[in-house]
Amino acid sequence: MNKTWNNRAWFMVLPVLLIVALNAVIPLMTVVNYSVQETFGNNLFFFEGTKWFEEVLASERFHAALGRQIIFTMTILAIQIPLGVIIALAMPKSGVWASVCLVLMALPLLIPWNVVGAMWNIFALPDIGLLGYGLNWLGFSYNFTQEAGDAWFTIILMDVWHWTSLVVLLAYAGLQSIDNAYYQAARIDGASTWSVFRHIQLPKMKNVLIIAVLLRFMDSFMIYTEPFVLTGGGPGNSTTLLSIDLVKAALGEFNLGIAAAMSIIYFLMTLLVCWVFYTYTMKGDEA
Amino acid sequence: MARIDLEHIRHAYGAAPKSADDYALKEVHHVWRDGGAYALLGPSGCGKTTLLNIISGLITPSEGRILFDGQDVTQLAPEDRNIAQVFQFPVVYDTMTVADNLAFPLRNRGMNEADVQKRVRETIEMLDLGAHANRKAQRLTADLKQKISLGRGLVRQDVNAILFDEPLTVIDPHMKWQLRSQLKLVHKQFGHTMVYVTHDQTEALTFADTVVVMYGGEIVQIGTPQELFERPSHTFVGYFIGSPGMNVLPVQADGAGVRLGSHHIPLPKPVGASAGEKIELGVRPEHVRVGREGMAARVSKVEDVGRQKIVRFSLEGQEVVAVLKEDETVPAEPHLSFSPEGIGIYADSWRIGGGSR
Repeated sequence: MNKTWNNRAWFMVLPVLLIVALNAVIPLMTVVNYSVQETFGNNLFFFEGTKWFEEVLASERFHAALGRQIIFTMTILAIQIPLGVIIALAMPKSGVWASVCLVLMALPLLIPWNVVGAMWNIFALPDIGLLGYGLNWLGFSYNFTQEAGDAWFTIILMDVWHWTSLVVLLAYAGLQSIDNAYYQAARIDGASTWSVFRHIQLPKMKNVLIIAVLLRFMDSFMIYTEPFVLTGGGPGNSTTLLSIDLVKAALGEFNLGIAAAMSIIYFLMTLLVCWVFYTYTMKGDEA
Repeated sequence: MARIDLEHIRHAYGAAPKSADDYALKEVHHVWRDGGAYALLGPSGCGKTTLLNIISGLITPSEGRILFDGQDVTQLAPEDRNIAQVFQFPVVYDTMTVADNLAFPLRNRGMNEADVQKRVRETIEMLDLGAHANRKAQRLTADLKQKISLGRGLVRQDVNAILFDEPLTVIDPHMKWQLRSQLKLVHKQFGHTMVYVTHDQTEALTFADTVVVMYGGEIVQIGTPQELFERPSHTFVGYFIGSPGMNVLPVQADGAGVRLGSHHIPLPKPVGASAGEKIELGVRPEHVRVGREGMAARVSKVEDVGRQKIVRFSLEGQEVVAVLKEDETVPAEPHLSFSPEGIGIYADSWRIGGGSR
């Protein structure tokens, strides 16, 4: 076959290039720019090399925020992935109730993030909120605006409520793709429910679960709006996750150099974890 | 290994069937002997897979009982019936090795590990899977996967029956021959009762010693391949088995014979059909003689298929197919006649008599 070579074809890519440059490359480069310079008034800039990076990496405040972030992300992953799979397994496979369940499951995903934060704020208020008042009425001393443990309990519960559905929907889609013959063969082979899960359902769900873990990792690692609306990072700094800390540094304290260096470290961490996780899990597939 | 009694089995998928047409499987009442190799043959949707799943227990029939060696198993779950079933699409457990796949049904039944290993080794040898025994089952080709599915059925030596649901659909043609002959070998060696569902007549006729032909949810004939060919008891069998299929011509009863247009075809005894029944004459292409005597016909098409010729005639406005040897020629003014032993008479599609006897 004869291919026609025409370099003008590159012009076709131009619009995309332009859009990507405007919405991703240029902002990112601005951040890079800030991260290596000292800023004064009147737009005076001084090159500082890696000073901000060294400062961020050495700061206890950053370590603490990163620590909280890792604990938060690990906790919600440890709850949402198994819980999502269990709910997906329990859902009806077909019929009216399957549709009803799917719609109910999709509801939390459709609510804007700041609304979720506001809802849970009111829901958890100890004096008027159903959850807060209810817990106190049952005899638990609960006040998420004053107790760090209660605040953590509330943001984790909120995230589980908001995002488990995503895992459910992905896992459910994975389960639906399993041909009935597998279940029939397993019955004839005398497999137990656990064996069916371990050797049929789990392997067939593997790929969608990898996607679920990736999405939930990225989203929860970057979470901002909901905890910001719910607790504002408090009480004290107890629920100040990475992104909340970042916004505090950039907009609250106007430390642009520190904030820019933090952003880049933050971005690279997310990217690295996703890349390592993805290549590692997909490599197992090739063997 | 067991004899299978099917007692007045009927099955409808919807609840509360009203008319006979609501049944996916109309009444089946037969005994399948221990150690037989049966083929369930029929077109898609004729109820053959339904019948197979009723035997394996994946479906509980709406009516009737099923017995293995005289014991009622109608209400037993598949895992308690001790049967093996191989499905149309290969089912393997992706995360396990080939050997573990084969061991799975045995381990599930709590067999001790030494016996498991022994049985797995024998099965691997029997199916010639040695080169793949320790590989993950996931990346194997379709025919190897189907061999594993098959192996999981054969690994349990004491099964009551092995059921196959169109197991060779996804297999390459030359592998089909191999697998089929391996199956026959296994059958000869161990004498399991085997039931093989297929819509491919070649597969059915080569695999089975008894072929069960199904059509529209009922069994239309059970017989050896030869019986099905020579004395089809239903026009569908005549049409479905043999290539090209049987000629089926509408005729009228006429004294001690039938009338086909302006021709009288004598029969040994009058057609015993009741009024209103549709009477047809069936004759296989192999029994249509082409010569200078008989009924005048016109050639409409000649297909040369190598060692023989398939000639399509127009006789009294009906198409009649004849098979000629490659060196035979069609005379200029061809006349057709039917060998008496090849003639069957059908009333409302069911055979009521023939040309000989």
